[in-house]
Amino acid sequence: MTGSIKDYVKTFALWELLKGMRLTGKYFISKGITIQYPEEKTPQSARFRGLHALRRYPNGEERCIACKLCEAVCPALAITIESEQRADNTRRTTRYDIDLFKCIFCGFCEEACPVDSIVETRIFEYHFENRGEQIMTKDKLLAIGDRYEDQIAADRSADAAFR
Amino acid sequence: MIDAILHTIWTVTKIVFILLPLIISVAYLTLAERKVIGSMQVRVGPNRVGWKGLGQPFADMFKLMTKEIIIPTNSSRFLFLTAPILSLAPALAAWAVIPFSDGWVLADVNAGLLYILAMTSLGVYGVIIAGWASNSKYAFLGAMRSAAQIVAYEIAMGFALIGVLMVAGSLNLGDIVRAQSGGFFSWFLIPLLPLAVVYFISGVAETNRAPFDVAEGESEIVAGFHVDYSGMAFAVFFLAEYANMIMIAALTAIMFLGGWLSPIDGFGDGIHWFLIKTAFCLFLFLWFRATFPRYRYDQIMRLGWKVFIPVTIVWIAVVGFAVYFEIGPWFQIRANGMST
Repeated sequence: MTGSIKDYVKTFALWELLKGMRLTGKYFISKGITIQYPEEKTPQSARFRGLHALRRYPNGEERCIACKLCEAVCPALAITIESEQRADNTRRTTRYDIDLFKCIFCGFCEEACPVDSIVETRIFEYHFENRGEQIMTKDKLLAIGDRYEDQIAADRSADAAFR
Repeated sequence: MIDAILHTIWTVTKIVFILLPLIISVAYLTLAERKVIGSMQVRVGPNRVGWKGLGQPFADMFKLMTKEIIIPTNSSRFLFLTAPILSLAPALAAWAVIPFSDGWVLADVNAGLLYILAMTSLGVYGVIIAGWASNSKYAFLGAMRSAAQIVAYEIAMGFALIGVLMVAGSLNLGDIVRAQSGGFFSWFLIPLLPLAVVYFISGVAETNRAPFDVAEGESEIVAGFHVDYSGMAFAVFFLAEYANMIMIAALTAIMFLGGWLSPIDGFGDGIHWFLIKTAFCLFLFLWFRATFPRYRYDQIMRLGWKVFIPVTIVWIAVVGFAVYFEIGPWFQIRANGMST
């Protein structure tokens, strides 16, 4: 009996409605947490796994020795490698394709690489306008590596202590 | 002759001066709604068009104006195109009797309250005709829901207004505000609190706003009565809905919050108080929408018939008793005012 009277009083005082409005009101006056994306960006980890790149040694020689460990470890079968023996008897790739539509950005290729050649950079804003552009060829990968070498090297050294 | 022409020009000028700010308020109310609800849902709301998104209403307007008005093949063409106008016209016409400040009123009608009741009720015809003319199941369902809802809440709304006119002793909106003079504690909000709450909630229901927006009910009947509308015809429905919202907010401000009167007696009365109170009521509309989920149809009927109408009847009896025996500070003053 007293319980039902209490319920009646609560109902007519709009108690639950006011409680709900207090909650939304609290959010209304609280500061927003939205990041205005193109102008503001969230911080990135040194381990960020974005677009791939192939690195070179400081003397300009490409690191990749066509061991095909990345191709073997790739769970999405996104990497295709063909190799041959160069004139100086070293083994190099003639073809190194990553299909970005297949790639799941797991970072296994980077882990598997014995010479730190294939890496994933911090680049995550890119698009394709034509068919076939999703295939990252060796030239494109090396170009990215050349362009972002400073950043890539800095990220590797920051993470080196944990490897 | 000259007098008549001058009078007409003067009246038309006044109408323009009421309608133009009203249309602009409607445009910016849509932006305010998106901003306020966004903020309550920890989002940002539109902020790309113009400075802080202030150009958004115009972007929306131009988009809708350049869109095609599609008329369904099996619809009743005449009614289909009349319906939006029928819903907008009463929403705008009702503003004729709204007193913005002391004496600032287009038509100082003695039966202002009745006129308001008639106009706000007429708006639902637009909704019902739109649902009928579309010749679509969803639109028809929306219109039916809207009709049932209006019938239920119109009564509670009318009873709430009867309470106001009993205490004020007048149907003239200006006199109703003047009857509330004497500071915050003389406003009808306090002696008529249950009626004020019922009136405002009925107003939310009457304008088909969340949580009473079953007439639109996106998740059940797509968009209700205006599923088949596009372009400017759709925009006119939108305009009418928001004009009605402002209308209900203004009426709440006039009848329960003392209109243009300042909360401190005789201290800076004026249109700014009216606008502040209206804006507050509009904010409540948006706050409700951000907070409450949509009522189920039978719950709406229950609330209207089994809660609001009994509550208003009881409170009218209480007010009648208090007015007759001149009980309490409010009713005593009013009774004296009536006798003079």
